[in-house]
Amino acid sequence: MAKVVVITSGKGGVGKTTSTAALGAALAQAGKKVAVIDFDVGLRNLDLVMGAERRVVFDLINVVQGVAKLPQALIRDKRLETLWLLPASQTKDKDALTEAGVAGVIKEMRGKFDWILCDSPAGIERGAQLAMRFADAAVIVTNPEVSSVRDSDRIIGLLDSKTQKAEKGERIEKHILITRYDPNRALRGEMLSIDDVLEILSTPLLGIVPESEEVLRASNVGSPVTLSNPASPPARAYADAASRLTGENVPMAIHSERRRFFGKLFGRAA
Amino acid sequence: MNLFSLWRRRGSAPVARERLQILLSYERSARGESNLLSILRGDILAAVSKHLTIDQDNIVMRMDRDATLSTLEIEIVIPHAEMKLAAS
Repeated sequence: MAKVVVITSGKGGVGKTTSTAALGAALAQAGKKVAVIDFDVGLRNLDLVMGAERRVVFDLINVVQGVAKLPQALIRDKRLETLWLLPASQTKDKDALTEAGVAGVIKEMRGKFDWILCDSPAGIERGAQLAMRFADAAVIVTNPEVSSVRDSDRIIGLLDSKTQKAEKGERIEKHILITRYDPNRALRGEMLSIDDVLEILSTPLLGIVPESEEVLRASNVGSPVTLSNPASPPARAYADAASRLTGENVPMAIHSERRRFFGKLFGRAA
Repeated sequence: MNLFSLWRRRGSAPVARERLQILLSYERSARGESNLLSILRGDILAAVSKHLTIDQDNIVMRMDRDATLSTLEIEIVIPHAEMKLAAS
Protein backbone atom coordinates (compact mmCIF):
# COMPACT_ATOMS: atom_id res chain seq x y z
CA MET A 1 0.00 0.00 0.00
CA ALA A 2 1.51 3.28 -1.09
CA LYS A 3 2.17 6.26 1.07
CA VAL A 4 0.80 9.41 -0.56
CA VAL A 5 2.93 12.53 -0.11
CA VAL A 6 2.03 16.01 -1.34
CA ILE A 7 4.89 18.32 -2.28
CA THR A 8 3.50 21.78 -1.62
CA SER A 9 4.51 25.34 -0.71
CA GLY A 10 1.86 27.97 -1.40
CA LYS A 11 4.39 30.21 -3.07
CA GLY A 12 5.48 29.52 -6.62
CA GLY A 13 9.04 29.11 -7.77
CA VAL A 14 10.44 27.70 -4.55
CA GLY A 15 11.26 24.29 -6.03
CA LYS A 16 8.20 22.05 -5.73
CA THR A 17 8.60 20.42 -9.13
CA THR A 18 12.38 20.09 -8.83
CA SER A 19 11.90 18.55 -5.39
CA THR A 20 9.17 16.17 -6.55
CA ALA A 21 11.40 14.90 -9.38
CA ALA A 22 14.48 14.63 -7.16
CA LEU A 23 12.71 12.94 -4.22
CA GLY A 24 10.84 10.61 -6.55
CA ALA A 25 14.04 9.60 -8.32
CA ALA A 26 15.91 9.21 -5.02
CA LEU A 27 13.22 6.89 -3.67
CA ALA A 28 13.28 4.88 -6.91
CA GLN A 29 17.09 4.76 -6.77
CA ALA A 30 16.66 3.21 -3.31
CA GLY A 31 14.58 0.47 -4.94
CA LYS A 32 11.09 1.74 -4.12
CA LYS A 33 8.29 1.69 -6.63
CA VAL A 34 7.40 5.35 -7.11
CA ALA A 35 4.81 7.39 -9.01
CA VAL A 36 4.98 11.15 -9.31
CA ILE A 37 1.77 12.97 -10.24
CA ASP A 38 1.67 16.47 -11.70
CA PHE A 39 -1.39 18.32 -10.35
CA ASP A 40 -0.61 21.59 -12.08
CA VAL A 41 -3.37 21.49 -14.67
CA GLY A 42 -2.67 23.92 -17.50
CA LEU A 43 0.90 24.51 -16.42
CA ARG A 44 2.42 21.06 -16.42
CA ASN A 45 6.16 20.99 -15.95
CA LEU A 46 7.07 17.83 -14.11
CA ASP A 47 7.28 16.02 -17.48
CA LEU A 48 9.82 18.58 -18.69
CA VAL A 49 11.93 18.50 -15.54
CA MET A 50 11.99 14.69 -15.75
CA GLY A 51 12.80 14.66 -19.46
CA ALA A 52 9.58 12.89 -20.47
CA GLU A 53 7.85 15.78 -22.27
CA ARG A 54 7.89 14.04 -25.65
CA ARG A 55 6.41 10.86 -24.30
CA VAL A 56 3.17 12.32 -22.91
CA VAL A 57 0.14 10.76 -24.59
CA PHE A 58 -2.54 10.73 -21.89
CA ASP A 59 -2.75 12.70 -18.68
CA LEU A 60 -4.34 12.81 -15.23
CA ILE A 61 -7.59 14.36 -16.51
CA ASN A 62 -7.89 11.73 -19.26
CA VAL A 63 -7.73 9.10 -16.54
CA VAL A 64 -10.18 10.97 -14.28
CA GLN A 65 -12.64 11.27 -17.17
CA GLY A 66 -12.20 7.65 -18.24
CA VAL A 67 -10.76 8.58 -21.65
CA ALA A 68 -7.65 6.55 -20.85
CA LYS A 69 -6.86 3.81 -18.38
CA LEU A 70 -4.24 4.47 -15.72
CA PRO A 71 -1.57 2.15 -17.24
CA GLN A 72 -1.93 3.98 -20.58
CA ALA A 73 -1.26 7.36 -18.98
CA LEU A 74 1.62 6.37 -16.72
CA ILE A 75 5.04 7.04 -18.25
CA ARG A 76 7.88 4.85 -17.11
CA ASP A 77 11.19 6.64 -16.58
CA LYS A 78 13.85 5.69 -19.12
CA ARG A 79 16.62 5.58 -16.51
CA LEU A 80 14.86 4.17 -13.49
CA GLU A 81 12.69 1.08 -13.88
CA THR A 82 10.64 1.73 -10.77
CA LEU A 83 9.85 5.41 -11.40
CA TRP A 84 6.63 6.45 -13.13
CA LEU A 85 5.10 9.79 -14.08
CA LEU A 86 1.45 10.74 -14.39
CA PRO A 87 1.48 14.07 -16.25
CA ALA A 88 -0.98 16.94 -15.82
CA SER A 89 -3.21 18.06 -18.62
CA GLN A 90 -1.86 21.04 -20.50
CA THR A 91 -4.97 22.26 -22.26
CA LYS A 92 -8.14 21.24 -20.51
CA ASP A 93 -10.29 23.18 -18.13
CA LYS A 94 -9.06 23.17 -14.52
CA ASP A 95 -12.53 22.19 -13.31
CA ALA A 96 -12.16 18.88 -15.12
CA LEU A 97 -10.23 17.71 -12.09
CA THR A 98 -12.86 16.60 -9.59
CA GLU A 99 -12.42 15.40 -6.05
CA ALA A 100 -14.13 12.10 -6.77
CA GLY A 101 -11.99 11.64 -9.87
CA VAL A 102 -8.75 12.27 -7.99
CA ALA A 103 -9.91 9.97 -5.19
CA GLY A 104 -10.46 7.19 -7.72
CA VAL A 105 -7.04 7.60 -9.35
CA ILE A 106 -5.20 7.71 -6.02
CA LYS A 107 -7.12 4.69 -4.79
CA GLU A 108 -6.18 2.70 -7.86
CA MET A 109 -2.55 3.78 -7.60
CA ARG A 110 -2.21 3.00 -3.88
CA GLY A 111 -2.23 -0.69 -4.58
CA LYS A 112 0.42 -0.46 -7.31
CA PHE A 113 3.18 1.68 -5.78
CA ASP A 114 5.21 2.13 -2.59
CA TRP A 115 5.25 5.91 -2.87
CA ILE A 116 3.01 8.40 -4.63
CA LEU A 117 4.32 11.97 -4.77
CA CYS A 118 1.81 14.67 -5.70
CA ASP A 119 3.38 17.81 -7.17
CA SER A 120 1.04 20.61 -6.11
CA PRO A 121 0.39 23.76 -8.12
CA ALA A 122 1.28 27.05 -6.43
CA GLY A 123 -1.41 28.94 -4.58
CA ILE A 124 -4.08 27.80 -2.16
CA GLU A 125 -6.94 27.33 -4.59
CA ARG A 126 -8.72 24.21 -5.73
CA GLY A 127 -5.78 22.61 -7.56
CA ALA A 128 -3.51 22.90 -4.54
CA GLN A 129 -6.26 21.61 -2.25
CA LEU A 130 -6.93 18.62 -4.51
CA ALA A 131 -3.21 17.78 -4.59
CA MET A 132 -3.12 17.61 -0.77
CA ARG A 133 -6.61 16.18 -0.26
CA PHE A 134 -5.70 12.47 0.02
CA ALA A 135 -2.14 12.80 1.28
CA ASP A 136 -0.80 10.86 4.25
CA ALA A 137 2.17 13.20 4.53
CA ALA A 138 3.26 16.58 3.23
CA VAL A 139 6.61 18.00 2.23
CA ILE A 140 6.44 21.79 2.51
CA VAL A 141 9.11 23.29 0.29
CA THR A 142 10.32 26.55 1.80
CA ASN A 143 12.98 29.09 0.83
CA PRO A 144 14.64 30.97 3.69
CA GLU A 145 12.86 34.15 2.69
CA VAL A 146 9.93 36.01 4.29
CA SER A 147 7.25 35.52 1.63
CA SER A 148 7.98 31.82 1.26
CA VAL A 149 7.86 31.25 5.03
CA ARG A 150 4.59 33.15 5.31
CA ASP A 151 3.01 31.09 2.52
CA SER A 152 4.29 27.86 4.07
CA ASP A 153 2.54 28.82 7.29
CA ARG A 154 -0.66 29.30 5.35
CA ILE A 155 -0.27 25.92 3.65
CA ILE A 156 0.34 24.25 7.02
CA GLY A 157 -3.00 25.70 8.13
CA LEU A 158 -4.68 24.19 5.06
CA LEU A 159 -3.01 20.81 5.57
CA ASP A 160 -4.37 20.76 9.11
CA SER A 161 -7.90 21.60 8.03
CA LYS A 162 -8.63 20.68 4.41
CA THR A 163 -7.06 17.25 3.97
CA GLN A 164 -9.08 14.09 4.35
CA LYS A 165 -6.82 13.00 7.22
CA ALA A 166 -7.41 16.27 9.08
CA GLU A 167 -11.17 16.01 8.56
CA LYS A 168 -11.12 12.52 10.06
CA GLY A 169 -9.35 14.00 13.08
CA GLU A 170 -6.07 12.29 12.23
CA ARG A 171 -2.76 14.08 12.04
CA ILE A 172 -1.17 14.58 8.67
CA GLU A 173 2.58 14.07 8.85
CA LYS A 174 4.32 17.34 7.89
CA HIS A 175 7.93 18.00 6.93
CA ILE A 176 9.77 21.17 5.96
CA LEU A 177 12.21 20.93 3.08
CA ILE A 178 14.38 24.03 2.91
CA THR A 179 15.66 24.73 -0.59
CA ARG A 180 17.99 27.35 -2.06
CA TYR A 181 19.78 27.62 1.24
CA ASP A 182 23.04 29.53 1.32
CA PRO A 183 24.92 28.62 4.52
CA ASN A 184 27.39 31.47 4.11
CA ARG A 185 24.72 34.12 3.81
CA ALA A 186 22.86 32.62 6.79
CA LEU A 187 26.09 32.72 8.78
CA ARG A 188 26.51 36.39 7.93
CA GLY A 189 22.98 37.08 9.11
CA GLU A 190 21.77 37.94 5.62
CA MET A 191 19.41 35.00 5.30
CA LEU A 192 16.97 33.40 7.71
CA SER A 193 18.71 30.47 9.38
CA ILE A 194 17.39 26.91 9.47
CA ASP A 195 16.52 27.39 13.15
CA ASP A 196 14.64 30.61 12.39
CA VAL A 197 12.48 28.89 9.77
CA LEU A 198 11.79 25.80 11.88
CA GLU A 199 10.98 27.82 14.97
CA ILE A 200 8.60 30.10 13.10
CA LEU A 201 6.82 27.20 11.40
CA SER A 202 7.12 24.73 14.34
CA THR A 203 7.38 21.84 11.92
CA PRO A 204 10.17 19.23 11.73
CA LEU A 205 12.87 19.42 9.09
CA LEU A 206 13.17 16.86 6.30
CA GLY A 207 16.26 18.26 4.64
CA ILE A 208 18.32 21.25 3.58
CA VAL A 209 18.98 21.63 -0.13
CA PRO A 210 21.75 24.13 -0.76
CA GLU A 211 21.56 26.72 -3.53
CA SER A 212 23.43 25.15 -6.42
CA GLU A 213 24.03 25.52 -10.14
CA GLU A 214 23.45 21.79 -10.45
CA VAL A 215 19.70 22.23 -9.99
CA LEU A 216 19.35 24.41 -13.10
CA ARG A 217 21.71 22.15 -15.03
CA ALA A 218 19.58 19.14 -14.12
CA SER A 219 16.35 20.77 -15.32
CA ASN A 220 18.10 21.98 -18.50
CA VAL A 221 18.84 18.39 -19.46
CA GLY A 222 15.57 16.97 -18.13
CA SER A 223 16.93 14.81 -15.38
CA PRO A 224 16.23 14.76 -11.65
CA VAL A 225 19.36 16.12 -9.96
CA THR A 226 19.84 12.87 -8.02
CA LEU A 227 20.37 11.17 -11.39
CA SER A 228 22.21 13.85 -13.37
CA ASN A 229 24.89 14.36 -10.74
CA PRO A 230 24.41 12.09 -7.70
CA ALA A 231 27.57 13.35 -5.99
CA SER A 232 26.52 17.02 -6.12
CA PRO A 233 25.46 18.73 -2.89
CA PRO A 234 21.77 19.14 -3.87
CA ALA A 235 21.58 15.50 -5.02
CA ARG A 236 23.01 14.28 -1.75
CA ALA A 237 20.62 16.55 0.15
CA TYR A 238 17.65 15.09 -1.74
CA ALA A 239 18.89 11.53 -1.25
CA ASP A 240 19.18 12.18 2.50
CA ALA A 241 15.70 13.73 2.57
CA ALA A 242 14.24 10.73 0.73
CA SER A 243 15.84 8.36 3.26
CA ARG A 244 14.38 10.38 6.12
CA LEU A 245 10.98 10.22 4.45
CA THR A 246 11.18 6.43 4.60
CA GLY A 247 11.88 6.65 8.32
CA GLU A 248 15.61 6.24 8.23
CA ASN A 249 17.60 8.21 10.74
CA VAL A 250 20.05 10.23 8.66
CA PRO A 251 22.00 12.93 10.51
CA MET A 252 21.19 16.42 9.24
CA ALA A 253 24.03 17.90 7.22
CA ILE A 254 24.37 20.92 4.99
CA HIS A 255 26.12 19.58 1.93
CA SER A 256 28.37 22.12 0.29
CA GLU A 257 30.74 22.24 -2.64
CA ARG A 258 33.61 22.94 -0.33
CA ARG A 259 33.02 19.91 1.84
CA ARG A 260 32.76 17.82 -1.28
CA PHE A 261 36.11 19.17 -2.41
CA PHE A 262 37.75 18.24 0.89
CA GLY A 263 35.92 14.94 0.86
CA LYS A 264 37.48 14.23 -2.51
CA LEU A 265 40.91 15.17 -1.26
CA PHE A 266 40.60 12.91 1.75
CA GLY A 267 39.06 10.22 -0.40
CA ARG A 268 42.09 10.29 -2.65
CA ALA A 269 44.55 10.40 0.19
CA ALA A 270 43.00 7.36 1.84
CA MET B 1 28.71 51.46 1.08
CA ASN B 2 29.89 52.50 4.53
CA LEU B 3 30.41 50.58 7.75
CA PHE B 4 26.93 51.41 8.92
CA SER B 5 25.29 49.85 5.88
CA LEU B 6 27.47 46.78 6.34
CA TRP B 7 26.15 46.50 9.87
CA ARG B 8 22.61 46.96 8.65
CA ARG B 9 23.04 44.16 6.14
CA ARG B 10 24.20 41.87 8.88
CA GLY B 11 21.02 42.69 10.72
CA SER B 12 18.55 41.86 7.96
CA ALA B 13 17.86 38.21 8.91
CA PRO B 14 16.83 39.06 12.50
CA VAL B 15 14.54 41.75 11.09
CA ALA B 16 12.96 39.18 8.76
CA ARG B 17 12.49 36.77 11.63
CA GLU B 18 10.84 39.37 13.83
CA ARG B 19 8.53 40.65 11.10
CA LEU B 20 7.44 37.10 10.33
CA GLN B 21 6.76 36.24 13.94
CA ILE B 22 4.52 39.26 14.41
CA LEU B 23 2.74 38.80 11.10
CA LEU B 24 2.17 35.06 11.45
CA SER B 25 0.88 35.24 14.98
CA TYR B 26 -1.66 37.77 13.72
CA GLU B 27 -2.57 35.70 10.66
CA ARG B 28 -2.88 32.50 12.66
CA SER B 29 -5.29 34.13 15.08
CA ALA B 30 -7.25 35.56 12.14
CA ARG B 31 -7.61 31.98 10.87
CA GLY B 32 -9.01 31.02 14.24
CA GLU B 33 -5.95 29.34 15.61
CA SER B 34 -5.80 30.55 19.17
CA ASN B 35 -2.61 32.28 20.06
CA LEU B 36 -2.21 33.78 23.51
CA LEU B 37 0.40 36.26 22.34
CA SER B 38 -1.81 37.91 19.77
CA ILE B 39 -4.80 37.93 22.13
CA LEU B 40 -2.65 39.66 24.75
CA ARG B 41 -1.37 42.06 22.16
CA GLY B 42 -4.88 42.96 21.05
CA ASP B 43 -6.12 43.42 24.63
CA ILE B 44 -3.16 45.54 25.70
CA LEU B 45 -3.47 47.81 22.67
CA ALA B 46 -7.21 48.12 23.26
CA ALA B 47 -6.61 49.10 26.90
CA VAL B 48 -4.00 51.67 25.96
CA SER B 49 -6.12 53.16 23.20
CA LYS B 50 -8.85 53.95 25.74
CA HIS B 51 -6.55 56.59 27.16
CA LEU B 52 -4.63 57.87 24.19
CA THR B 53 -4.69 57.80 20.44
CA ILE B 54 -2.27 55.17 19.29
CA ASP B 55 -0.16 56.10 16.35
CA GLN B 56 1.43 53.11 14.62
CA ASP B 57 4.68 55.07 14.42
CA ASN B 58 4.81 55.30 18.20
CA ILE B 59 4.61 51.57 18.80
CA VAL B 60 7.38 49.03 18.58
CA MET B 61 6.29 45.44 18.96
CA ARG B 62 8.45 42.39 19.31
CA MET B 63 7.42 38.79 19.61
CA ASP B 64 9.68 35.87 20.02
CA ARG B 65 9.08 32.21 20.48
CA ASP B 66 11.40 29.34 21.20
CA ALA B 67 10.99 25.81 22.50
CA THR B 68 10.33 26.74 26.13
CA LEU B 69 9.11 30.33 26.25
CA SER B 70 7.58 33.17 24.33
CA THR B 71 8.02 36.89 24.86
CA LEU B 72 5.87 39.82 23.90
CA GLU B 73 7.42 43.24 24.10
CA ILE B 74 5.38 46.37 23.44
CA GLU B 75 7.03 49.75 23.52
CA ILE B 76 4.70 52.74 23.31
CA VAL B 77 6.06 56.20 22.89
CA ILE B 78 3.75 58.75 24.52
CA PRO B 79 4.31 62.33 23.42
CA HIS B 80 3.95 64.83 26.27
CA ALA B 81 1.09 66.51 24.46
CA GLU B 82 -0.84 63.25 24.70
CA MET B 83 -0.13 62.95 28.44
CA LYS B 84 -1.60 66.36 29.11
CA LEU B 85 -4.59 65.48 27.01
CA ALA B 86 -5.15 62.24 28.88
CA ALA B 87 -4.81 63.90 32.28
CA SER B 88 -7.28 66.68 31.56
